[in-house]
Amino acid sequence: MAVKLLLENDHIEGIRYYDTYRKHGGYRAAEKAFKMATADIVEEVKKSGLRGRGGAGFPTGMKWSFLAKPEGVPRHLVCNADESEPGTFKDRYLMEFHPHLFVEGLLISSFALGSNHTYIYIRGEYAWIVDILEQAIAEAKNNGWLGKNILGSGFDCEIYVHRGAGAYICGEETALIESLEGKRGNPRMKPPFPAIQGVWMRPTVVNNVETIASVVPIINMGGEEYAKIGVGKSTGTKLLSACGNINKPGVYEIDMTISVEEFIYSDEYCGGIPKGKRLKACIPGGSSVPIIPANLLLKTAKGQTRYMNYESLADGGFVYGSMMGSGGFIVLDEDQCVVRHTMSLARFYNHESCGQCSPCREGTGWMYKILKNLEYGKGKISDIDLLWDIQRKIEGNTICPLGDAAAWPVAAAIRHFRDEFEWHVLNPDESQKRNYGLAHYADPIHVPASA
Amino acid sequence: MSEQPKFKVTVDNISIEVPAGTTILNAARMIGGDVTPPAMCYYSKLKDSGGKCRTCLVEVSKGSDKDPRPMPKLVASCRTTVMDGMEVKNITSEKVVDARKGIVEFLLINHPLDCPVCDQAGECDLQNLSYEHGSEGTRYEFKRRTFEKEDIGPYISLHMNRCIMCFRCVFTADQLTDKREHGILERGDHAQISTMLNKALDHDFIGNVIDVCPVGALTDKTFRFKNRVWFTKPLDAHRDCSNPKCGGKVRLWMRGEEVFRVTARKDQWGEVEEFICNECRFHKKETRDWVIEGPSVIARSSVISQGHYVGTKKSQVLIDKVIGKQPKYLLDIHDISDVNRPEIDLSKIEGPAHSSDFKR
Ligand SMILES: Cc1cc2nc3c(=O)[nH]c(=O)nc-3n(C[C@H](O)[C@H](O)[C@H](O)COP(=O)(O)O)c2cc1C
Ligand code: SF4
Ligand code: SF4
Ligand code: FES
Repeated sequence: MAVKLLLENDHIEGIRYYDTYRKHGGYRAAEKAFKMATADIVEEVKKSGLRGRGGAGFPTGMKWSFLAKPEGVPRHLVCNADESEPGTFKDRYLMEFHPHLFVEGLLISSFALGSNHTYIYIRGEYAWIVDILEQAIAEAKNNGWLGKNILGSGFDCEIYVHRGAGAYICGEETALIESLEGKRGNPRMKPPFPAIQGVWMRPTVVNNVETIASVVPIINMGGEEYAKIGVGKSTGTKLLSACGNINKPGVYEIDMTISVEEFIYSDEYCGGIPKGKRLKACIPGGSSVPIIPANLLLKTAKGQTRYMNYESLADGGFVYGSMMGSGGFIVLDEDQCVVRHTMSLARFYNHESCGQCSPCREGTGWMYKILKNLEYGKGKISDIDLLWDIQRKIEGNTICPLGDAAAWPVAAAIRHFRDEFEWHVLNPDESQKRNYGLAHYADPIHVPASA
Repeated sequence: MSEQPKFKVTVDNISIEVPAGTTILNAARMIGGDVTPPAMCYYSKLKDSGGKCRTCLVEVSKGSDKDPRPMPKLVASCRTTVMDGMEVKNITSEKVVDARKGIVEFLLINHPLDCPVCDQAGECDLQNLSYEHGSEGTRYEFKRRTFEKEDIGPYISLHMNRCIMCFRCVFTADQLTDKREHGILERGDHAQISTMLNKALDHDFIGNVIDVCPVGALTDKTFRFKNRVWFTKPLDAHRDCSNPKCGGKVRLWMRGEEVFRVTARKDQWGEVEEFICNECRFHKKETRDWVIEGPSVIARSSVISQGHYVGTKKSQVLIDKVIGKQPKYLLDIHDISDVNRPEIDLSKIEGPAHSSDFKR
């Protein structure tokens, strides 16, 4: 039975409300933390090996220790609740059903970082969650967990909820900071990094919702114990939002020791693919990470079982692997068309580019137009190479990683599914009536003996 | 005064010492010539500018003496400061040349290419950029993006279709005027320069957005369609301007005795030396308004600089230092082309030049 830390009390009715949460051990971590030195809290988080759950997987303890602490300048914790990556909806679940776990995590993190004014930047579409959070914050405040001189420690803390206006780019941490300041959500040029000059040019830590919530079990059990869960550098538990062609879409907590196959097919998790259809491809970590065909998803290029953790999903690099990303697990069965799928992602990135830098502003639209032609039977073989060249010229040449995020899905789709693209070009009429199907994408791949 | 530390940086095999804190682009500009990356959005006089167009990308093949590791990605030279011992590749890097070709292509796919009717033609940074760093032809087969025409007042004409989103005009308005009246609406490939609720731009320094605009997106309405810039002759002039913020130092673009256009004076990087007020720019179009100093020194970034004007200063040739030997030229363009013959001095021709002036 898998370890559950964040969703441990998921079955308890009313866990959303303060009294129930408190009765089931809530705010115990906060009590413990307020008796600790702030540096020790940071130390525990470091020991836990917790990696940022927002997508990049940067070690949280390290991020915290980079925070500049100039005398007399306020510091801020900003929580990234913008969650707009297609396929990702785990933060929503945490905030909607476990708001106090989140608030407790924010409180401990704010205390550790010395943030008296902490912000939650939440995507505008999560309008109803704003009310849930504000209610939880009010309850916490009424019970002395927020406000002035918390638990007699002399530490003051207020948490504010700030609504975004519906732009994916505002999930990028520096765009988020600009937007929080009331400006247009354009990513900033780095350096300076937020840890030195973030919101209002003050030292700032930006963390994902799940990252912050994970601080609660880390303090409760201690960093070392937390690090014992999972494997290698994938410590603790991870929330995954599973969707697509699976029997049980939803949010699951895993301890990163299970295989991809188990995650898709076991009844504890996704429960297999409906109507006995076969698996064709999967995007394991949200729309920005490379799509991989079934054969490379279940086994690595070396022929080993692929596991649901940071290292294993990335095994083989971008040529043979993918990424854990934000945990948005999208499954495609044999009836799905990769060309169409890639087109709709391209449309998304085209729509969401902030327009600041030329490769992303112009390249995303160009890719979308070409993919539209390919999908609707108007493409040419040379379009596939052109598409490859465009994504190549965007990747790595932009201000923020949205450019890369737009390029990678296109690159991976062409890399692994080139024959499906070609089939669309060569069979313009047929491709409008039926899909390419599974083809050879689930066939075992030949493993060179030396590998 | 304490000695400011100096860093040694090498760009395309040419080394120079620069004060700590200098960007790679500015270090390259100190070397000059072709080793300087093109910059379509950076503007040294505008705080926070740069980083957006990505034409100035360079390869850092050695980070510094202390940490010699190369940088993993190409970096925007206008926003990256040099480190001691840094080695940078600009035109000597295949990656840079390739990426820059890509950037030029991106900037052009939606550009209207209406140069024949564009007032900027001849002094357009995008023309120069495509000529020097782009490829011939386009791979773009779709309808180009267009915007609805917007009237931004009697003096400045906005052609949004031509805009490359360098943000310079926004910074100019922000930093030169007390109340910015225009900015960027929408996002992505539909982002556009616009004024709030179609207001006319009205501020005594707002005319400078015309000069900072690298393309023909913002042009001078009082000069509109009056002449091609290469038929007018630039003269430096000044007047005693009553605006305390304006030095009254300008460039007059004349034909015969007629002043066709007034702009600020630009340096060899195409940047304004001193911003000027609207009064000088739009309302002083008589020779008697000005004390004429003489022909402008023109260097780079203009067809005017093709070698024909009295005031032309040729930019340094550095190719021998970059490749470490004398280049062997395969062809002298003037042997086969009659255009731009070096011995013909346009400034010595009375009135406008005609094709007959170039007949052998
Ligand atoms: C285009 C773009 C969108 C992003 N959207 C989100 C988001 O919605 N939520 C999030 O937590 N991180 C998002 N990120 C990652 C953040 O920039 C940042 O790395 C993260 O919030 C850091 O938190 P962590 O260290 O706790 O993961 C996004 C990044 C990019 C480039
Ligand atoms: S990569 Fe795209 S989203 Fe990011 S700054 Fe550039 S234009 Fe904006
Ligand atoms: S109008 Fe000109 S100056 Fe303004 S952003 Fe566009 S190209 Fe740049
Ligand atoms: S000049 Fe450096 S990015 Fe535009």
